[in-house]
Amino acid sequence: MAANSHDHGRLPAAFLRPGSSSFMDFLTEHAPERLPNNRGLPPVEGPLEAVHGTTIVAASFAGGVVLAGDRRATMGNVIATKDMEKVFPADEFSAVGIAGTAGIAVELVKLFQLELEHFEKVEGEVLSLEGKANRLAAMIRGNLGMAMQGLAVVPLFAGYDLDRDRGRIFSYDVAGGRTEEQGFASVGSGSVFARGSLKKLHRADLTEEQIVTVVVQALYDAADDDSATGGPDLVRRIYPIVMVITEDGIRRLTQEEISEVARAVHEGRLQLPNGPQAPIV
Amino acid sequence: MSTPFYVSPQQAMADRAEYARKGIARGRSLVVLQYADGIVFVAENPSRALHKVSEIYDRIAFAATGKYNEYESLRIGGTRYADLRGYTYDRQDVTARGLANLYAQTLGTIFSATVEKPYEVELLVAEVGATPAEDEIYRLPHDGSIIDEHGSVAVGGNSDQIGSYLSQRHRDDMDLGEALRLAVASLARESGGGERELSNDQLEVAVLDRKRPQQRKFKRVLNRQLTALLAEPGGGSAEGEPSESADEAAEGSEE
Repeated sequence: MAANSHDHGRLPAAFLRPGSSSFMDFLTEHAPERLPNNRGLPPVEGPLEAVHGTTIVAASFAGGVVLAGDRRATMGNVIATKDMEKVFPADEFSAVGIAGTAGIAVELVKLFQLELEHFEKVEGEVLSLEGKANRLAAMIRGNLGMAMQGLAVVPLFAGYDLDRDRGRIFSYDVAGGRTEEQGFASVGSGSVFARGSLKKLHRADLTEEQIVTVVVQALYDAADDDSATGGPDLVRRIYPIVMVITEDGIRRLTQEEISEVARAVHEGRLQLPNGPQAPIV
Repeated sequence: MSTPFYVSPQQAMADRAEYARKGIARGRSLVVLQYADGIVFVAENPSRALHKVSEIYDRIAFAATGKYNEYESLRIGGTRYADLRGYTYDRQDVTARGLANLYAQTLGTIFSATVEKPYEVELLVAEVGATPAEDEIYRLPHDGSIIDEHGSVAVGGNSDQIGSYLSQRHRDDMDLGEALRLAVASLARESGGGERELSNDQLEVAVLDRKRPQQRKFKRVLNRQLTALLAEPGGGSAEGEPSESADEAAEGSEE
């Protein structure tokens, strides 16, 4: 633990050396064993049993973008957690949601948040949204070795681009391939069902309140058909996590706000189990 | 081969201290004041890009006078230390005291090592607490000593005079506008006893605001808000979030 042993001495030379504004670069140089990607894994046969997070959805609207995730985490066919958080603010104007192996995902998010904050503090200005999206791609690419062993992490990144004055959504594959999505996107095991739902409900001119309902509907549809995705748990009052990002910054919907939307969606399903119907033509 | 002259350790240290002090005295002063909702940093700094006051971590900020390249490397070192420590343990395990100790060790080692020239810097590390009583301000002169300060502190060229001016007038329960006006008045005092005019674009102002809802309490006070706070009449009562309330108060007073 190189850093600990110096806590009572002077700053080690590596700390004072001029260099990159990236925390990851600093860690690579100074304490590479702390990087989540740098762990050697023994060869394993078959899939590794670890907790998995599932469906994340994102959709843009006129004033920005929303990112939301269900709360279920599974291990095999067991529900490991009913109230897991898989959507996190990355900084003041962006958020990241993660599907895949929970342990690694949470650590990657922590490092990603730190990477953005560190850059901001050292440079005195924030990274561009494009720059943030690329940084995340590099981190996912670094995890490819573990992804090959079954510990894959697939994020969905959304943020408000202050230079272009609009919300943007980026999706990734396990190899770090980055795609900008138009309008809406989803990742995780329930994502195919969520995407079908978003496709039918999403419109570019929706308001913030409407778009929040759209993403909750999409998560409801994902939970309907995917056993690894949890629907709103009205009994335990566990609702999806929804982040709204506008030019004013990021805001997580409060428990009251989201419970209202989730209950309204649920009420609707009591009448129409398949949810709102889109016109045929 | 010539024999080196004998220089007593006292003399060597005194020379090094004088060298560092002269370097620091060339820089403009900087003041830090506690106010009701946090800690305010005011520096005379005509540069928009090269900062004297910066964020280190959630509740911790750094301010420095002296040689820019030297305190900049200490600032970045401190940020790296704080981020690594928070990443290794938890965000609440990063403290101003730990950081100040580290800086003290670093400056002290450099000061006593004869191969390196002493750093011509004076640092301040401050952490805002949940209440004014829990605020911490540490002053670190060039030689690595560490001084626990309360209320108001001045560092840099004219710091003795500014410091005594501040200590006579400062109260812990001042609002941000009052504290800021006092800080600017103190910086405007010449060493000869006269006063200079300090315009807003010569000032760098930042706060650690304990009322800020975000986890990160550091915030720069920029143009419009700074003008509003400085223009406010004495005894005004701007409270709470400085950005909104202060702007409103100033707009009201213009009518």
